[in-house]
Amino acid sequence: MTLLSIEGVSRKFGNVTALSDVSIDIQQGEFFALLGPSGCGKTTLLRILAGFETPDRGGVRLDGADLLKLAPHKRPVNLMFQSYALFPHMTVAKNVAYGLERENLPRAEIKARVGEVLEKVGLEPMANRRPAQLSGGQQQRVALARAIVKRPRLLLLDEPLSALDKKVRAEMQLELKRLQHEVGITFVVVTHDQEEAMSLADRIAVMDQGRVEQVDAPVTLYDRPRTYFVADFIGANNLFTGAIRGGVFSAEGLGPLPSKATTADGSAALAIRPERVRLTEPTPGMVQGVVVDVSFYGGVSHIAVEVTGLGRKVLAATQGSARITPGTVVGVTWRPEDAVLIAN
Amino acid sequence: MSRGRGSNLARLIFLGPGLIMLTLLAVVPMLLMLSTMFFQRGRFGGVVYEFTTANFSRLFQPLYLNVIQDSLVVAGLVTVLALLIGYPTAYAIAQLPPKWKTIALLAIMLPFWTNFLIRMYAWTILLSGPGLVNEALTGIGLIDKPLELLYNRGTVVVGLLYGYLSLMILPIYSAVERLDPRLREASANLGASPVRTFFSVTLPLTLPSALIGAVLVFVPSFGNFVVPEILGGGKAIMVGNLIRDQFLKARDWPFGATIALVMVVVTVILLLAQAVVSRRTRSA
Repeated sequence: MTLLSIEGVSRKFGNVTALSDVSIDIQQGEFFALLGPSGCGKTTLLRILAGFETPDRGGVRLDGADLLKLAPHKRPVNLMFQSYALFPHMTVAKNVAYGLERENLPRAEIKARVGEVLEKVGLEPMANRRPAQLSGGQQQRVALARAIVKRPRLLLLDEPLSALDKKVRAEMQLELKRLQHEVGITFVVVTHDQEEAMSLADRIAVMDQGRVEQVDAPVTLYDRPRTYFVADFIGANNLFTGAIRGGVFSAEGLGPLPSKATTADGSAALAIRPERVRLTEPTPGMVQGVVVDVSFYGGVSHIAVEVTGLGRKVLAATQGSARITPGTVVGVTWRPEDAVLIAN
Repeated sequence: MSRGRGSNLARLIFLGPGLIMLTLLAVVPMLLMLSTMFFQRGRFGGVVYEFTTANFSRLFQPLYLNVIQDSLVVAGLVTVLALLIGYPTAYAIAQLPPKWKTIALLAIMLPFWTNFLIRMYAWTILLSGPGLVNEALTGIGLIDKPLELLYNRGTVVVGLLYGYLSLMILPIYSAVERLDPRLREASANLGASPVRTFFSVTLPLTLPSALIGAVLVFVPSFGNFVVPEILGGGKAIMVGNLIRDQFLKARDWPFGATIALVMVVVTVILLLAQAVVSRRTRSA
C-alpha cells in the first residue's frame, strides 16, 4: 500500500535547481533511503515533506490526502534532525515529552509513553539530564526517541548517523533497523553514505542534481544499475564508454567487449564489477594489460591493471591473497552475462 | 599540573591590566567614598571622621524612602516598557534579510553617537507647549489647546526609555540571531504552533539576554539625574538627583554615600538575579 506519493516535485533556489520533477512512491512500513552526493536535493525533499520548504511545482500525498496543505505543526510526520536540534533548556524526558504535550494528552499517559520510549532506546537512567551532558550517541537516541514517541505515520531521518564515530555508527545502524521493525513506522532516511543506505533500506532512491536516477532495492541497484551515474556511484565499478552496433558492445579504443546486448543500437556504457573481472593468460583478441598494483585487504585483494588503449585502470577483486605480481601481462575478461549495459 | 599552571599564568597576563585598572580606579575610590557613610558631615562640608550610624537612620525617613521608591517605580516602568518594545523589535530585526538587518541595527545605534544631553534637550523642543507634538495634535484637530507634555513623571519615563532602549534591543537581537533555527523547526515538527514555539523555545532560550538588557536599562535609569532634571523639570526627583544634591549642593558627603550604597545594593541584587536565571536556563 502506498503511504506517501511524491508527484513531479520541483524546487529552485534562484538559479539553482534543487529538485527537478521528482516522483517517488513510498510504501507503508517501508524503510526507504534517499541517497546521493551533497547538493543532490535530498535534504530539500525532506524539508518539503516536513513542511519547512514549499515546492514550486508538484504535489505530495500522504494516505491519499494533500500533505502540502497542512502547516508544519499539523503534519503526522516527524523529523529527526541531522544536528538533533534537542532543546538545550529541557531535560531528556522533557524533550521527549514535548511532542506529546502538544497533543494535550493526559499527564499519566505522557509519562508512561516517555518512559516506554526511553527504555526502548536505553536512556531511562538519563531521563533527568540535559542534552549537553550526553554523548553524541546518546543525543542521537534522544532525538530518535523524541521523533518516534509521537507514533508518526512517517518518520524522516536526516543523515541520522553522520555525527557518530564509526563504531557507534554500526551499533546504531542495527538499532535503527530493529526499532523500525518494532514500531512499524515508515522510515525515510536521507544519507550520502551508500553503505548506510544499502545496509538499512528496503529500497533506495539514488538522486543526482535534483533528479531521481533510479529507485530500487539495494541488490538491484548494485547488480542492475540503470544509469551511468548509479553504476559509478554505487560501489566500485569498471565503466567503459562506447556504442552498441548489431548487438555487440564496442568500447572506445578497445573494440568489442564481452556482453549480452539487450538494449538497442546506439551509444552506451558497459559496467563490470571488480569481483566479476577475471584475469587470465593473455590470448589474442582479448583485452590485455599490465598489472600495476596489488593491494591485500585481508578478505580480498584488489588488482589494478593498466589496459592498453584505455585511459583508466581496470580494477579486479579476488578472494584471499593474489598470486599475481605487478608487471605481469594479463588478459582481462568476464562472463558476458555479468556485464551491465547502460544506454545513453 | 604544569599545563594548568601555564594556563593560569596566561589568564593572569590577559586579565591583569584590566583587573588592576578596575581595582585601582573604580573599586578603591568607590570603597573610600562609601566608607564616608560611617562618618559625620563637617560644618562647612567635608568629612569629620567620627563614627556614626545617623546616616542610616536618616535614610529611612519617609522623605528619602519615597524618593527611592519613586525611582524604583520609574526605572521598573522604563525596564518593562523597554522589554515590551525591545523584544519584538529585536526579534523582527533578527528575521530580516542580512542587508536590512545591518540598516536596522545602524538605525538603532545611530542616536548613541549623538550626545545624551542634546538628545534630551531635543525632547523638550518636541514636547513643549508650542512644540512639534502639540502643533501636530492641534493641527489635526485632536485637541484645542496644547497639552502639558513636559515636566512630569511620564516625560521622565519616555526620556529614559528613549535613551536606553537600544541597550535592551542589542542583547536580545544577538540572542535571537544566535538561536539555532532548527530548534524552532523541531518545535513545529513536534506539533507546536508558532505561538507555542515562541513561549516554549524561543523565549526561554533568549531570556538570559533579555535579563542582561533589563539590567542594562534598569541600572542607569535608576541612578539617572540628567533626565529628571531636563524632562522632569526638577519636580520629579529621583535617587540620582538626591545623591547629586547631597554631594554638590548640601555638601553632605556621608549622607550622599549612604544613598549611593542603596544604588550599589540594588545593582548587585539585580546582577545576582540575572546570573542565577541565566545559569538555570543555559544548557549544562
